[in-house]
Amino acid sequence: MRKTKALALAALGTALTMGLAACGGSAGGGGNNNTGTGNTGAASTAKHNDGYTKVVNPSDAKGGTLKFAYSDEPDSMDPGNTYYAWNWNFSRLYARPLLTYTAAPGEEGLKLVPDLAEGLGEASEDGKTWTYKLKKGIKYDDGTEVKAADVKYAIARSNFSAELTDGPKYFAEYLDAEGYEGPYKDKDLANFKGIETPDDYTIVFKLKAPFSEFDFLVANPQSAPVPQAKDTGLEYEKAVASTGPYKMESYEVGKQLNLVKNENWDPATDTTRKQLPDRIEVQFKQNAEDIDQRLLAGQVHADLGGTGVQPAARAKIVADPKLKDSTDNPYTPFNRYAMMSTKVAPFDNIDCRKAVQYATDQVATQAPWGGPLGGDIGSTLMTPTTVGYQQFDLFPNGADNKGDAAKAKESLSACGQPNGFETNIAVRGDRPKEVQVAEALQASLDKVGIKATIKKYPSGDWSAQYAGRPDFVHKNKLGIMIAGWGADWPSGFGFLSQIVDGRFIKDSGNYNMMELNDQAVNDLLDKGIQTTDAAERNKIWGEVDKKVMESAAFLPFVYEKTLLFRPSSLTNVYVHPAYGMYDYTWLGVQQ
Amino acid sequence: MTTPSASPAPGSFLELRDLRIHFPTEDGLVKSVDGLSFRLERGKTLGIVGESGSGKSVTSLGILGLHKGGRAKISGEIWLDGEELVGASPDHVRTLRGKKMAMIFQDPLSSMHPFYTVGQQIIEAYRIHHNVSKAVARKHAIDMLGRVGIPQPDKRVDSFPHEFSGGMRQRAMIAMALSCDPELLIADEPTTALDVTVQAQILDLMLDLQREFNSALIIITHDLGVVAELSDDILVMYGGKCIEYGAAEDIFYRPEHPYTWGLLGSMPRLDREPTERLMPIKGTPPSLINVPSGCAFNPRCPYRERTGGKATTEVPQLVESDGGHLVRCHMPREERRAIWENEIKPMMEGS
Amino acid sequence: MVAFIVRRVIAAVLMLVIVSVATFAIFFLIPRALGQTPEGMASRYVGRDATPEAIQGAVKRLHLDEPLVVQYGRFAKGIVAGQEYSIGPRMVQCPAPCFGYSFNNNQPVWPTLLDRLPATLSLAIGAAIIWLVAGVSIGVISALRRGTLTDRLAMTVALAGVSLPIYFTGLVSLALFAYTLGIFPGGGSYTPFTEDPVMWFQALVLPWVTLAFLYAALYARLTRAGMLETMGEDYIRTARAKGLKERTVVSKHALRATLTPILTIFGLDVGLLLGGAVLTESTFSIPGIGKLVIDAIRGNDLPVVLGVTLFAAFFIVLANLVVDVLYAVVDPRVRLS
Ligand SMILES: Nc1ncnc2c1ncn2[C@@H]1O[C@H](COP(=O)(O)OP(=O)(O)OP(=O)(O)O)[C@@H](O)[C@H]1O
Ligand code: SF4
Ligand SMILES: [Mg+2]
Repeated sequence: MRKTKALALAALGTALTMGLAACGGSAGGGGNNNTGTGNTGAASTAKHNDGYTKVVNPSDAKGGTLKFAYSDEPDSMDPGNTYYAWNWNFSRLYARPLLTYTAAPGEEGLKLVPDLAEGLGEASEDGKTWTYKLKKGIKYDDGTEVKAADVKYAIARSNFSAELTDGPKYFAEYLDAEGYEGPYKDKDLANFKGIETPDDYTIVFKLKAPFSEFDFLVANPQSAPVPQAKDTGLEYEKAVASTGPYKMESYEVGKQLNLVKNENWDPATDTTRKQLPDRIEVQFKQNAEDIDQRLLAGQVHADLGGTGVQPAARAKIVADPKLKDSTDNPYTPFNRYAMMSTKVAPFDNIDCRKAVQYATDQVATQAPWGGPLGGDIGSTLMTPTTVGYQQFDLFPNGADNKGDAAKAKESLSACGQPNGFETNIAVRGDRPKEVQVAEALQASLDKVGIKATIKKYPSGDWSAQYAGRPDFVHKNKLGIMIAGWGADWPSGFGFLSQIVDGRFIKDSGNYNMMELNDQAVNDLLDKGIQTTDAAERNKIWGEVDKKVMESAAFLPFVYEKTLLFRPSSLTNVYVHPAYGMYDYTWLGVQQ
Repeated sequence: MTTPSASPAPGSFLELRDLRIHFPTEDGLVKSVDGLSFRLERGKTLGIVGESGSGKSVTSLGILGLHKGGRAKISGEIWLDGEELVGASPDHVRTLRGKKMAMIFQDPLSSMHPFYTVGQQIIEAYRIHHNVSKAVARKHAIDMLGRVGIPQPDKRVDSFPHEFSGGMRQRAMIAMALSCDPELLIADEPTTALDVTVQAQILDLMLDLQREFNSALIIITHDLGVVAELSDDILVMYGGKCIEYGAAEDIFYRPEHPYTWGLLGSMPRLDREPTERLMPIKGTPPSLINVPSGCAFNPRCPYRERTGGKATTEVPQLVESDGGHLVRCHMPREERRAIWENEIKPMMEGS
Repeated sequence: MVAFIVRRVIAAVLMLVIVSVATFAIFFLIPRALGQTPEGMASRYVGRDATPEAIQGAVKRLHLDEPLVVQYGRFAKGIVAGQEYSIGPRMVQCPAPCFGYSFNNNQPVWPTLLDRLPATLSLAIGAAIIWLVAGVSIGVISALRRGTLTDRLAMTVALAGVSLPIYFTGLVSLALFAYTLGIFPGGGSYTPFTEDPVMWFQALVLPWVTLAFLYAALYARLTRAGMLETMGEDYIRTARAKGLKERTVVSKHALRATLTPILTIFGLDVGLLLGGAVLTESTFSIPGIGKLVIDAIRGNDLPVVLGVTLFAAFFIVLANLVVDVLYAVVDPRVRLS
């Protein structure tokens, strides 16, 4: 269960694609040239969700100060040491990875494009070697040139050091670098065998096993180069060597970050970013409710977190059509669901699991997330904005989604429990919304005779001690566990592998809480990750989804959505599908 | 003293006419002072005696005008040196306080501000009425402290009240009251809580000072012994009213009111144990809200049967018995005198 | 007096030790007693889905596997002698008094505290002046006009002030005065005095008033009650008997006595606030100690919590001492011993 905001994985649904036909092209691929011309949407005429399908308020006017506010602080501003979704978006302002996503709303935005690299990765025949060529002449903000060794060093420090613990460790997992202790313990970079740099512009990744989605990994900010001489470890976040259109002017941790233009950024080498505002200011640790007040009053331009407005502002927006026109309601990468343990009786019987599927009142379980604005009722593992998503519903809950008692009773009889049974629902007790969902589910089940007891556990140890420990789950008969998941990169593999692969069932920190170990599913996953053809691969992810849903152990509640507010003073606004929030490298401000 | 007139009688420096001070409270109207009249000349001393709660302090505060602006209902007249004070403006009465009339309060510890030195408090009192520098006022304060018998006054002037002994505090209080040479001085139980030797010293001191300034002096106490040697006249209060008034000799040698007999009987005497008091007054002081009907003293009076039922039905008038001797009792004068001569006096002397 | 202060300082140091031990226990002993493993604790301070190796690394780096006594010793030694700390490529020196590094953002605690102090000081002292002046004046007027419309109105407002949460009054005042009327800058605009005194003042007006409103209400009630009591004292009667003007009686005699106990409460309240005005700082996004500690508590950031706790305890102890000494100065009956 990803802690919070993970990187959006998004392929847009059909409704969106229709919008894309009209305006996606104008936003995509234009780079820093004046590309927004196809759009006529000024702020005053923009409608609700316009930012989801086109660029709202397009303008190439330069100048001004773009102001962000954020209710928390990041794990780190160091591109190599952050796991916050907004920071994978925001850090691109000063740190360019090898690849990035096309700057465009809709499906187009999920396509990878070269950033520091000259082209997408070239895989070797066996799929275990991936080669990237650096563009020549790219400079840091101090004027020195970016070298291949800097990318190698960046990955060495972010994935192999004990100090930088906040980011993901995919490279450590996939690269063939046995025994490497990281650049802080081992000062000789030559000992890092996972990456080779035959010359200053060539980077060769050596993998343990074939991995067809490697391009997604190097679109993560950890591939942004770091000159070894400039690395100060945990302190580096205060003086990141910039390759993007902005550079750090000052950073007071927990308070304020100021960015100014990086004169050494060459727009000719960059197809996805703009450099419109003179300054970018971020205030951290701001009162969340007050951020909304400031947004609505136009005193800040965007909530950096990108997770949407608070309930108070949401109520105000819903009540005012004018305000609502200044909002977008995109999907987040998250699916909110429950898992039934196939190892806890009577859920070892598929018909008992089906009884729960049919009995659930999905309108009631949607309510805690904020109703339709908070998420769409789900019926699959992958969310509609996941590449490979296919729409199907194996267990219709009646016409109104409020549960199908008759079918549930049928399933109960088939399972040999016609009068229902007793079970437990485990939930993170310190998460009010999830507790409400558990209560709604409990009420639904009660109607068909299933008596469920809610058991609350602390979220801090949820995965290490409780729901993530199969022995604990068995012992305490945790039949149903409330959970959520969002993936780190936009592919079915990123979403599915951790939660459905039977070989990933762990003694502790287990995310496949269904304990589903289906040979067919495992094989499909292996086949998919070795399939280099993207279309074919994405089809396989859809098959995996269906296979898992057939087991009836996965009970989807909602595909989560947020409500983003865009003040009228903000220009060039669109929801970037890869991040599920506005593209921070495109924003400008009206003076 | 008898019939109020529109202007003060010549020669009387202070005159109260039918003074009433009532406090509306949640429980009812408290009639603390209820029709009090008396007259006092310069250089003379009036002793007011009575049990706790009989209205002595309320009377004296009333004279100083300290009930003004509060919730007290005040009626009647107070004439001081030709001026009527009940109807006068509070601010005017304020200018008289301290200079024209001053008061020595009951409990000197609580009556002095704990945060200011004795000197500061005397200096303040002096400078209200005298436009002098602090240094001059300080010298005056030291003088005054010396006059009231405080040793090393130049040092003690900087002491705080709590650093003084009880007797010294009372002296300091007197020094403060006398600092502006008041023409009327009211001493509210100036010696209560002091030991007997100090008591005598303080009383002597007050008399000396009175003589020196020729001021009118009112001494309030519930202890007849204290006033005996000082007073020219004595006023006995009971339940907010005067029940006997006369020259000191009259009150001590020819008292006519049963309550006064009781007071005399409960006088502490050096030659006797307090437990052997001859005629302690039984019962408790009357409620000032529901005053007993008829004679306020009747529930406690051993002689009430001798007035033929009038004691409980009719309020007795304050009637002149002899030249200037006033008594408020239904019993005929002769009977009262007979009881005193035949029953009370022999008993008191005999024991 | 000197002996008194010395004794009190020794007692204060002892108290700080006890406070630090207690805070340690709350953060380490209690979770362990409840079955929390060092790995479970460390998992809070690394990225999500961290590998077991990464978690082990964090356990080692944060010394979570050591016995409590050793950890406490390390902490105490850091305060006295400083500490060495790895930031990756090299070690850095955390000079004494070293309160350690935040588990969450790796910033050294002591400099962070010093950095946050001016904001908290600005807020607390400004608000304190307002509430003292306003609260006492309203209380005095209310007492002197007891039972009148003014009195009743003032006490009703005071009741509202005491019962309305700062979070509510703060956001409403921002919505009205900052975002609708535009008289004052909005939330998050605190600027250090040294940078821009005018902005410092403007940005603090609303927080001051919001915080002061709560306390002023409290102080008005206290002052009113104290004043009513004092005005009935014998020495007030004496002051009047001297012929003093009523104004002087109130200002010189009554107020002095009424204010003395209020001074005590005031000193303690200010001392408490210097440890952080959590709600006001959170509402107005002021980067002060209160905001720091509430975030640290939410993030299980022990070194920061510990640092703020000691910092706050220090101010409370200091305020107690100052109040005691002041009391002795104001009230001559009090002797320090
Ligand atoms: N401000 C007031 N409000 C209500 N009642 C009052 C007030 N002041 C005095 N009284 C009442 O008036 C009565 C007379 O009080 P006063 O102080 O004059 O008695 P006293 O004769 O001086 O008694 P003591 O010998 O104990 O001093 C008492 O019952 C007292 O309770
Ligand atoms: S009137 Fe009657 S009751 Fe009153 S004092 Fe005289 S004898 Fe006693
Ligand atoms: Mg009295």
